[in-house]
Amino acid sequence: MTNHWIDIGNSDCILIMGSNAAENHPISMKWVGKAMDNGATLLSVDPRFTRTSSKADFYTALRSGTDIAFLGGMINYIISNNLSHKEYLAYYTNASFILGKKYGFKDGLFSGYNNKTKSYDKSYWAFEKDKEGIPKRDHSLKNSRCVFQQLKKHFSRYDLKKVSAITGTPTADLEKVYKTYTASGEKGKAATIMYAMGWTQHTVGVQNIRAMAMIQLLLGNMGVAGGGVNALRGESNVQGSTDHCLLWHIWPGYLKTARASNVSLTAYNQKWTPTTNDPLSANWWGNYPKYSVSFLKSMFGENATPSNGFGYDWMPKVDDGKAYSWLDLFDAMYRGEFTGFFAWGQNPACSGANANKNREAFSRLDWMVNVNLFDNETGSFWKGPGMDPKKIKTEVFFLPCAASVEKEGSITNSGRWSQWRYKAADPPGDALPDGDIMIELMNKIRKLYQVEGGAFPEPILNLKWDYTTNGKYDSHKVAKEINGYFLADVTVKGKMYKAGTLVPSFAFLQADGTTSSGNWLYCQSYTEKGNMAARRSTQDKSGIGLYSEWSWCWPVNRRIIYNRASVDRYGKPWDKEHPVISWTGKGWSGDVPDGGWPPMLTADGKLNPKTKYPFIMKPSGHAHVFGPGRADGPFPEHYEPLECPIDKNLMSGQFINPTIKEFGTAADTRATCDPRYPIVASTYRVTDHWQTGVMTRWQPWLLETQPQLFCEMSHELAKLKGIKNGGKVIVESARGKVEAVAIVTIRFKPFMIAGTTIHQVGLPWCFGWVTPKDGGDSANLLTPSIGDPNTKIPETKAFMVNVRKA
Amino acid sequence: MADKSFFIDTTKCTACRGCQVACKQWNKLPATKTFNWGSYQNPADLSFSTFKLVRFREVIREGKVKWYFFPDQCRHCLEPPCKDTADGYVEGAVIQDDATGAVIYTGKTRMLSSSAFQEVRESCPYNIPRQDPATGLVAKCTMCFDRISNGMEPACVKACPTGTMNFGNRADMLDMAKERVAALQKKGFKKAQLLDADSIRTVFLVVDDPMLYCKFAVAQNDVGISRKLALRKLMKPATGLITSVAKL
Repeated sequence: MTNHWIDIGNSDCILIMGSNAAENHPISMKWVGKAMDNGATLLSVDPRFTRTSSKADFYTALRSGTDIAFLGGMINYIISNNLSHKEYLAYYTNASFILGKKYGFKDGLFSGYNNKTKSYDKSYWAFEKDKEGIPKRDHSLKNSRCVFQQLKKHFSRYDLKKVSAITGTPTADLEKVYKTYTASGEKGKAATIMYAMGWTQHTVGVQNIRAMAMIQLLLGNMGVAGGGVNALRGESNVQGSTDHCLLWHIWPGYLKTARASNVSLTAYNQKWTPTTNDPLSANWWGNYPKYSVSFLKSMFGENATPSNGFGYDWMPKVDDGKAYSWLDLFDAMYRGEFTGFFAWGQNPACSGANANKNREAFSRLDWMVNVNLFDNETGSFWKGPGMDPKKIKTEVFFLPCAASVEKEGSITNSGRWSQWRYKAADPPGDALPDGDIMIELMNKIRKLYQVEGGAFPEPILNLKWDYTTNGKYDSHKVAKEINGYFLADVTVKGKMYKAGTLVPSFAFLQADGTTSSGNWLYCQSYTEKGNMAARRSTQDKSGIGLYSEWSWCWPVNRRIIYNRASVDRYGKPWDKEHPVISWTGKGWSGDVPDGGWPPMLTADGKLNPKTKYPFIMKPSGHAHVFGPGRADGPFPEHYEPLECPIDKNLMSGQFINPTIKEFGTAADTRATCDPRYPIVASTYRVTDHWQTGVMTRWQPWLLETQPQLFCEMSHELAKLKGIKNGGKVIVESARGKVEAVAIVTIRFKPFMIAGTTIHQVGLPWCFGWVTPKDGGDSANLLTPSIGDPNTKIPETKAFMVNVRKA
Repeated sequence: MADKSFFIDTTKCTACRGCQVACKQWNKLPATKTFNWGSYQNPADLSFSTFKLVRFREVIREGKVKWYFFPDQCRHCLEPPCKDTADGYVEGAVIQDDATGAVIYTGKTRMLSSSAFQEVRESCPYNIPRQDPATGLVAKCTMCFDRISNGMEPACVKACPTGTMNFGNRADMLDMAKERVAALQKKGFKKAQLLDADSIRTVFLVVDDPMLYCKFAVAQNDVGISRKLALRKLMKPATGLITSVAKL
């Protein structure tokens, strides 16, 4: 979230699309309700009518996988009806930037496309620069090659009639949503979006979010209270685990994972440190080497020296152009490319798309370590449905671990608030906190390397490894390491900081090895003043619910990021009732500003040479209406899902996302426009179960409320198939099948897509064969292992199935 | 301790069922074996082990889908007809706390015969009491008497994330409820109303015909209007009216 949970209460209009907040993020509705009590409108857009929809002022449906068409229509509506926030758009975004001559778009493809590699040469999307090397701009937004005019041209194709034909949403409903939401383009008004996996889990997932981010920029809704782009994270600590580099492509704090071609620390820093020639751009990522070197010092301690590139050579490198995402790893496992696997706090036999492929892949391993609270479909795969234990060589080790309430540490919620939690009880039996399991494991590995040696022992033996107290994992030591230390006496801005003290914030980090920080983004979270995440003041000095002394949030406790766009160029808040920050003439009041520089204009309306543009994380200082960094294009474009019910894309001759890469194993079958699988399906969650249900399916009270896999469908489809409410059905795709109980409901309705009736069904993915015995199996047995080209998130929200009476 | 009441604002209910599970947890009630019967509502009905149940109803109103949620429970009647009925058989099986108004079923309910229990149940205008076939005990929501006697909110109220479940002094709850009705009517919910607010301590707010939420959303027999009438009914329990309602 660019904003945070409480801030939803400040909104004038809330769009819940691509998420089902009421069912999956129940507490969020407290703040949605607060906004509604203050007069806000709640809009719900979802293929099915959910518990969220039941609370909405207005609900409408769209076919799964057509969000870009829906949102593209909104962009067109804003531009056609002149509803954008002009000053914001012209001065805070790159709408004014002039595009180079090579940029173009034709019949679903942007310029620079290579059909062989299925990828784009992004140099085709560059801006025109002046002689100083700064992108040329036209603040009147009239130049035909400026971003705004190209945006207008691109989305003029998304007219109501066409959007309706693609999405199945009636044109009157489209207009109703567009009109209500875009009223926030008025200065002082704010609208917000609450989205989750309903947007990300598509082959166009990133561009779904991009489309909404662009709408928020057009309407001036970024950085303001009650606005922002708000991802509702699927677990309490997904934000934290991402910040600390759960994913393969990043180091902590969103630093880049080293590529093989980054042959030295110098080459690495040079490659990933962006530059700008514009003196008014803060280009915050220009500080990259301070963060990367401080991270390496944290990894290797005294063993990291200037002469050895601070141990850079000991960090693993990934091959250029190769992805190591979840889908790629399971594909590699399936093809026998590696033989050992830690399934740590996860249940890929049920959680991963194309679960049959994953289950088969496990059987090709030599060993698997399953770290979890309970037995699950992953650890017990060898005795699961269709498996013959006698033929499976995989040896499985089960390590019981502590639950979240049985250990101390932090969690970072969707709103980026890092909150310290205390241990409530000891873990049962031999179960250990994950930290202790890692300490024991690594101690053993280090000992083996010390005694026996081995290939490339340096990373293991040179690791800084001092996170225990009395032999036990100490979460405070880790939290302090994440914050970082001064490693020598350092003088910053005339003040001396002693070696061994904690760094007050990332502004103090150095690129010369005199500071450490396990994650620069969390530098300030644990300082000499104490553990900031453990703060619990319920005072709110802001008046807009920032609660700045409750826990701590990144970056530098800034509760609403991009907040320098919440004010006009004189530093006055657009919204006087909900000011996030305000220029006092000498400094900023309110939230921690995105940098302390003065506003763009002086009191007499002249450009202040000391100012910096508000979007400080972009090299140009301007937010990206035009996003040239994405794999699949600088503007979102509607493509059909990999599996879809119609035989052509009504927007262009390009049927599916031209940059997706399909896996080629026998398990990667697909069926698009196939009469055997004529029904659109989507997977989702229920309030009662957590993810695959590993924790909740052992909980009798939760099982009582949601006991069995179900498949929701319309009365129309049920009639067509002779299915009765509460009866058993078989749902099957090109990859697998499950048995489920039919819920026949008015909350599902068939869609009219390009003149054809299209049915849609939905299933939760929280069940599995281990327990309960009559609960059914995972809906991910049906889903395809195809990913978004930017993130490789699988497309589990739109695929094709058949449904029949069991 | 002042006269207490619940205020249940169904317009804020998202049917997360935090209340339903919290009730089971606090009261140490076991889960019952359930099956998906074509609905999110589970268990399908209140039982001896389920005092609190979120009912799900989907209807089409003026062409629009509505999904109504009704966190059902004992209404803790000001003049509880179940107590009147039970008193006729076993004194002390049902008691009412003077301070809070909580209607509480005691261990003596075990002494109610099967037919006496049926009468108790039928005398309840909201179809709440349930009997354990194994022990004969009759049970329902206790207003978390053990919690509220120690300055805590009822478990269902504590667990509610949205402000649907409220509990406090009766006058305060009624003020809150009336204010909310006024706000909703102003917003265009012409049917916003409180259900039987003058005679019960669990006051529901709905915005549509009560029957669309739950068959027993409002009192479904004429018992409970007055103590005298209730007593008269006691003398002659199997009236046609009660029988027909019970079959609904």
